[in-house]
Amino acid sequence: MSVETSAGAVGYRPSRTLPIWAEVRRQASRRRTQLGLGFMAVLPLIVLVAFEFDSGGGDDGNGGGAFGSLVDLATSGGLNFALFCLAVSAGFLLVVVVALFCGDTVASEASWGSLRYLLAVPVPRARLLAVKLIVALAYSAAALVVLTGVGLLAGTLRYGWHPLGSTVAAEIAPGPGLLRLLGIAAYLGVTMLIVAGLAFLLGTLTDAPLGAVGGAVMIWILSSILDQITALGNLRYLLPTHFSDAWQGLLSTPAQVDDLVKGAISAVAYATLCWGIAFWRFTRKDVTS
Amino acid sequence: MSWTRRLPRPTRRRVIAASAVVVVVAGLVGWGVWPERAGWTSQDQMITVVSGPERNENVTLDARFYLPRERSGRVPAVLLAHGFGGTKDALNDDAESLAGRGYAVLTYTAEGFGRSGGQIHLNSPDHEIRDAQGLLDWLAARPEVQLDSAGDPRVGVAGGSYGGALALMLAGQDQRVDAIVPSITWNDLTNVFLQQSADTSAPGVFKKGWAGVFFGNAGAVPTDLTKGPPTGINLDPACGRFAADVCKAYFDLATSGNPDQNTLDLLRRSSPAATIGQIKAPTLLIQGAVDTLFPLSEADANARSIAAAGTTVRVAWFTGGHDGGVGPQTDQDRVKFLTAQWLDHYLKGEGETPSDSFTYSRVAGFSALDRGLVTNGYSADAYPGLTGTGTTSLQLAGPAQPIANPPNGNPGALSSLPGTGGRLSELLSGVAADIPGQHATFETAPVSTSIDVVGSPTVKIKAASPTGEATLFVKLYDVDESGAETLSAGLVAPVRLTDLPASLEQAPERTIKLPAIVRRIEAGHTVRVVVATTDQAFLSPVQPATYTVQVEPALELPTVVGTPIANPQTVWRYVLAGLLAAIVVGLAVVLLVGRRRALKRHDPTDPAYADTPLVVRGLRKAYGDGFVAVEEISFTVERGQVVGLLGPNGAGKTTTLRVLMGLTMPTAGEAMVFGHRLVPGSPVLSRVGALVEGPGFLPHLTGLENLRAYWKATGRPWADARFDEALEIAGLGDSVHRRTKKYSHGMRQRLAIAQAMLGLPELLVLDEPTDGLDPPQIAEMRRVLKRYATDGRAVLVSSHLLAEVEQTCTHAVVVNKGRIVASGPVDEIVGDSPSVQLEVSDVPTAERVLDELGVRSVAPDGPSGLIVDMNGTPRSEVVASLVRAGVAVDRVVPRRRLEDAFLALVGDNTRGSGDR
Repeated sequence: MSVETSAGAVGYRPSRTLPIWAEVRRQASRRRTQLGLGFMAVLPLIVLVAFEFDSGGGDDGNGGGAFGSLVDLATSGGLNFALFCLAVSAGFLLVVVVALFCGDTVASEASWGSLRYLLAVPVPRARLLAVKLIVALAYSAAALVVLTGVGLLAGTLRYGWHPLGSTVAAEIAPGPGLLRLLGIAAYLGVTMLIVAGLAFLLGTLTDAPLGAVGGAVMIWILSSILDQITALGNLRYLLPTHFSDAWQGLLSTPAQVDDLVKGAISAVAYATLCWGIAFWRFTRKDVTS
Repeated sequence: MSWTRRLPRPTRRRVIAASAVVVVVAGLVGWGVWPERAGWTSQDQMITVVSGPERNENVTLDARFYLPRERSGRVPAVLLAHGFGGTKDALNDDAESLAGRGYAVLTYTAEGFGRSGGQIHLNSPDHEIRDAQGLLDWLAARPEVQLDSAGDPRVGVAGGSYGGALALMLAGQDQRVDAIVPSITWNDLTNVFLQQSADTSAPGVFKKGWAGVFFGNAGAVPTDLTKGPPTGINLDPACGRFAADVCKAYFDLATSGNPDQNTLDLLRRSSPAATIGQIKAPTLLIQGAVDTLFPLSEADANARSIAAAGTTVRVAWFTGGHDGGVGPQTDQDRVKFLTAQWLDHYLKGEGETPSDSFTYSRVAGFSALDRGLVTNGYSADAYPGLTGTGTTSLQLAGPAQPIANPPNGNPGALSSLPGTGGRLSELLSGVAADIPGQHATFETAPVSTSIDVVGSPTVKIKAASPTGEATLFVKLYDVDESGAETLSAGLVAPVRLTDLPASLEQAPERTIKLPAIVRRIEAGHTVRVVVATTDQAFLSPVQPATYTVQVEPALELPTVVGTPIANPQTVWRYVLAGLLAAIVVGLAVVLLVGRRRALKRHDPTDPAYADTPLVVRGLRKAYGDGFVAVEEISFTVERGQVVGLLGPNGAGKTTTLRVLMGLTMPTAGEAMVFGHRLVPGSPVLSRVGALVEGPGFLPHLTGLENLRAYWKATGRPWADARFDEALEIAGLGDSVHRRTKKYSHGMRQRLAIAQAMLGLPELLVLDEPTDGLDPPQIAEMRRVLKRYATDGRAVLVSSHLLAEVEQTCTHAVVVNKGRIVASGPVDEIVGDSPSVQLEVSDVPTAERVLDELGVRSVAPDGPSGLIVDMNGTPRSEVVASLVRAGVAVDRVVPRRRLEDAFLALVGDNTRGSGDR
């Protein structure tokens, strides 16, 4: 737009400010990004080593149910091992990592004081948020991919390429099993949108990165606790974590996707709401950091 | 700072927003947990009816009568009967739901159970059925119940299992019944407990597992003996509350498995089969597919008999039953809907005539959230019976095999667990365990396409037995590729064959009707038919024997092509698609509107100022909590000027600069850079370099990396940055390669100034630039800033130090309490002031001398200082006079205008206009 070029300095275009790749590198150089992604890669290996200590006889009576069966089946093949890694991470670890990537991205710039210099470049506020959000989501997705990929690779190398087993349904052949595993990872990614939404919103409202990350994780945990209280009845459907276990439907044959669809609706709605508020608020507020 | 200061001030907007959130949350929770006002009333009642073969026995029944709360006139009634071993309390939910739909509902505890009197006669026409007729009389006498004629209430009867059989038998015995909905019930108890799946007249195999459960349930003495059964009830430890004849029949049956005629007569009399041809009431038969007690064949027999009499009958199957329970939610919903539709039409006359389509469901998988099964519903135009609408034939292969019957049938194969009410998901795949040596296996090749089996598969078998008799259990397994076998619903076909030859050659071919199932056999799976000698649910012969069995190759699988019933859950997929589409459209609209608005509004340009770096007009900033940081500030920065914004801490300097950077929105007034009005993100900001409120760097990057990261964020060409010049100004040397978190305050400050100068912006805005610098650096910085402004650029510096501004700037703007108190060229302001500061040895003497000289004013300044307004008197003369008077003069310091102005206007209250 000619108006913009004439108004701004030579070579300045709002749509070129804070290129995605620049933001990727900004975040990549941070220790927390490296640790977060690194831990995702190391976790499957730790679990693998832990399984090696299994003396074989020790049944310490873990509670049973679908999850207990995942433990029992974890060493039956690469697919099951990767599934196990996803299942143990889904409840907390992934939540923390996603909250870290999404909640910290704006709040940390605010706490360093560099946010006001980006805005004075000027990077348009909406563009700043959009780029930050896209990159944070990309890193979150990368964490999920790394976890799944390393789990699959390490598990396959150690336990072989076998069908995906579960106690709720018959074994699923490796080919379709891989698709199911990817589906589960994708669904987890979708549910994590809620965490991403909450953390991002909090990150634009506060200058304290810890507050944003911790706040999002705490809301997630609170919602999980409330979800256990059946007395709340249908109100529980409104809880952001209510459908977080629906991925287990993909272990059934044929796959049960109804709950996944509802979970996706919940996740998309929450994420859109949070991001909407974040953009609305951030493009209007006085940046005081 | 107290903690209250950290909280946001409760402005009106915040209070309103917080209240709205609280109200919404409270409303949602309240709506969720608020108890619904029941749409019905109920009343417990003991009703005495006359029953018995001679109509001379009084039986007191424990009943509860529900009435809809809102009704106009008389309403139709529904009589609900419970299952074996239950009481009226088991029917509460159904009764409440029906009463809510506008029916008068009577639930009662059957004779021999709970608090009702009498004995268990096993739905005897003379007892239980007559009791129910008495209840119809009672209903007819109620003023709330609609009547067809005097003594004939408009009434439907519904119930499951024991109650379902009562509904059928009552309708067969009493024509006052207008509609019935019997579910999971039997047609003929002889077939149920002596099940025979072969086409022979030989008595079947005793179903000992279920019979024991049945008998045990009813024999139980009520646990609450204080409320116990009415007096006069004989609690025989052997028979419990069973009537003597029923008890004797059970003993006869259970002991030998080969009952006498009296027992058979009793079982038959206690079966709907006896009177079913007389049923005129439209009948909705609901039967469970996971039911080893009353399998689908019982409902099939009922349906055929009722239809043969010309009475309307409709059949529905669901995935549940005595083994499987109430089934998944979708099935419960379907059954509930069908029941309501049936009663509404045939009792109330509301709604279309229900179609006679047949609905059933097939397991589709398992739900992660409630750990239950998920089924898909299907419908077919008409009830196809157990033979399906089509047939798929498969070829079984396997040689004739000898199989052994162990003594007393022990150990026995396991197929189901009667009466455990186990989890549906486990029962669906059966708990199959065949015992080696006791079963023969015949298997098909993998099927090429999936087969939807709905009904009873049939096979033909030949068997030879040295004793002339054989008790066999024929099972059909679905075997997947990995070899895992599934016995659908744990159902087996018990067969008792008599008059068998000792060798297979002479053996007659018998057709075996395997239990009706609903199952899809996937492509690639095989079908396995197993013939076993034992099953723990049934009674096997005591004598050991070895049979030889051969299953003929032909396996007939009945199929039905059902139309899937739209799963209400599917709607969510459209919701999801709609939501995503709405988000995409919404995003597009927001982007378009935003762009259009930006184009329209872009920056109102004032051509008059197109060449003026900065014009601030009437700027005001008031915060939401009422605090005014800037009252009104106007000034101009021209090219070539270094303008100092001078004021004490808290005068509003930083707020002004924040507005200039687009970080803060002004309440009123405007700032224009090169004629472009500043709003957050104005492109013209790219012509401004800034240091506001201290440096802000990424601590994990080096100084150089920080500058590079910053320039990358501008998106401007690399060459325009002029890194070398900026680095030279920063003067950090090799430290530029260290991480900024290890920098001292001064180093960060210099780096920040260098960052502000990247690209040599035409207007440089620096907030307290010398903060943290040491004197040589300050001097250097002054030179840099002066030089910077020479070739047409401009600099705006804020400072609270007078000397700073005086030495650096060409122009000054003095601010206090958010207002400008003086402005103009520094030279003009800085010119010699008429006053001088003296430091003398004897202040009183000096004051006297000075008064005599005729100066304008004398003011003390510290213990030995004086500030004197000379009023034109030369300084030399003043000094000379003082010395002459014997006053020693230590210092004579001329004062300048800016200082005067600053002190006069600001100095009396250096705390500023607020704690900012």
